[in-house]
Amino acid sequence: MKKIRVLLAKPGLDGHDRGIKVIAAALRDAGMEVIYTGLRQTPEMVVEAAIQEDVDFIGMSILSGAHMTLFPEVLRLLKEKGAGTIHLFGGGIIPDQESVELEKQGVGKLFGPGTTTEEIVTYIRSVAAKKKQEPVM
Amino acid sequence: MTTLDRFLTGDRVALAKVISFVEDRSDGYDRVLSRIFSGGKTTYRVGLTGPPGAGKSSLVNRLAVLLADQGLRVGIIAVDPSSPFSGGALLGDRVRMQALYGRPEIFVRSMATRGSSGGLAAATKDVCVVLEGFGFDIILVETVGVGQIELDVASVCDTVVVVFVPESGDAIQAMKSGLMEIANVFCLNKSDRPGAERIKAELESILDVHRQVRMVAKDSPPPWETPVIPTVAIRDTGIAHLWEAVSQHRRYRSQADPAGFRKARARSDLVLSLTELTHERLERTLFESDQLNLAVEQIVSGRADPYTIAHQLFDSWRRS
Repeated sequence: MKKIRVLLAKPGLDGHDRGIKVIAAALRDAGMEVIYTGLRQTPEMVVEAAIQEDVDFIGMSILSGAHMTLFPEVLRLLKEKGAGTIHLFGGGIIPDQESVELEKQGVGKLFGPGTTTEEIVTYIRSVAAKKKQEPVM
Repeated sequence: MTTLDRFLTGDRVALAKVISFVEDRSDGYDRVLSRIFSGGKTTYRVGLTGPPGAGKSSLVNRLAVLLADQGLRVGIIAVDPSSPFSGGALLGDRVRMQALYGRPEIFVRSMATRGSSGGLAAATKDVCVVLEGFGFDIILVETVGVGQIELDVASVCDTVVVVFVPESGDAIQAMKSGLMEIANVFCLNKSDRPGAERIKAELESILDVHRQVRMVAKDSPPPWETPVIPTVAIRDTGIAHLWEAVSQHRRYRSQADPAGFRKARARSDLVLSLTELTHERLERTLFESDQLNLAVEQIVSGRADPYTIAHQLFDSWRRS
């Protein structure tokens, strides 16, 4: 049976991981398999782990202000490595206009302060429902 | 080009997809496995097990680097428990495996137990087969944190390393059956902590008793002497020693009987596959039909007992 697999990562130098741990627990309680990679990940590390784990989603939490660099770089690497079907979304302190700009570039939804865990679970499930599985042989 | 074709050309994205396909028990996963099956002639499976927090992930992290530096290709399977309530899982072994990124010789895969209670997932042995088919030299299998009876790793791996820490004093008493009996190598991690020397001596004396008990037949080859190797994974101390002990056990096994461990592995893989197949088929025919409900009615109304009914159901299933 197929499970929704989500990689959660904290890229860059930001060490505030309470939020992402709450999300990890909420997704687990919603029946998903969550791979948590820890602090201070580079975009290369995030993409490599996501490929090896064959996840459907990458969720990145960025509270450091580096989102305009980190999100596009992860997107670029995913395409470069042939893993463009992995859905990248995130959360943190991200100004509205930059959120719009990132979504234009192909990043999924970005959740700000005050988001409930239910909203995130619902979002992931609705995107997952639209994904189709490719046959292996 | 299909995913399987790309797998066969050495594409790591395809490898990850094939693992999922097998892990999810998707339709036709066994046909995929039979295409990939290589016999694992050149691959050696090493299991690491032990109580939670003993340092299994940190040891895997160090071992993998040591092996990759020797030019070996290393596949890692890190198992963590699924919640029996939600079916979800938090797979966090990668947090301790930060040294493994950017190394093309190393591939790490986290697996949730998905309902299995033996310390591994039901699909772990099949993921080993996938990694063998991809050409890895060594497979490191890290179990969930275990107590006494989660011993699946012994039937999936060729050498089992049981990891414990100086604080495991009382646990060692409890380990005398079960976990203790499957260890080919003991690893005393965090051995820079107080009490390490004492617990090492204690364990060695228990092992000595075990060994004397096993020395029965005169002509049988000398039994393997399970060593106790002290390590400090976070300081990268003792790792080469640990690997040397694993290699010695590998040599011991192949000297005793060159094809022996592969026979043992083939046997247990086959038994596991058969058990799963029987279970799956039985479930499909019985549970999805009315037979089970009818039988329950008979038992509750006092017209039959569950033991007789179980035999009848099984026989009728076998004939169908």
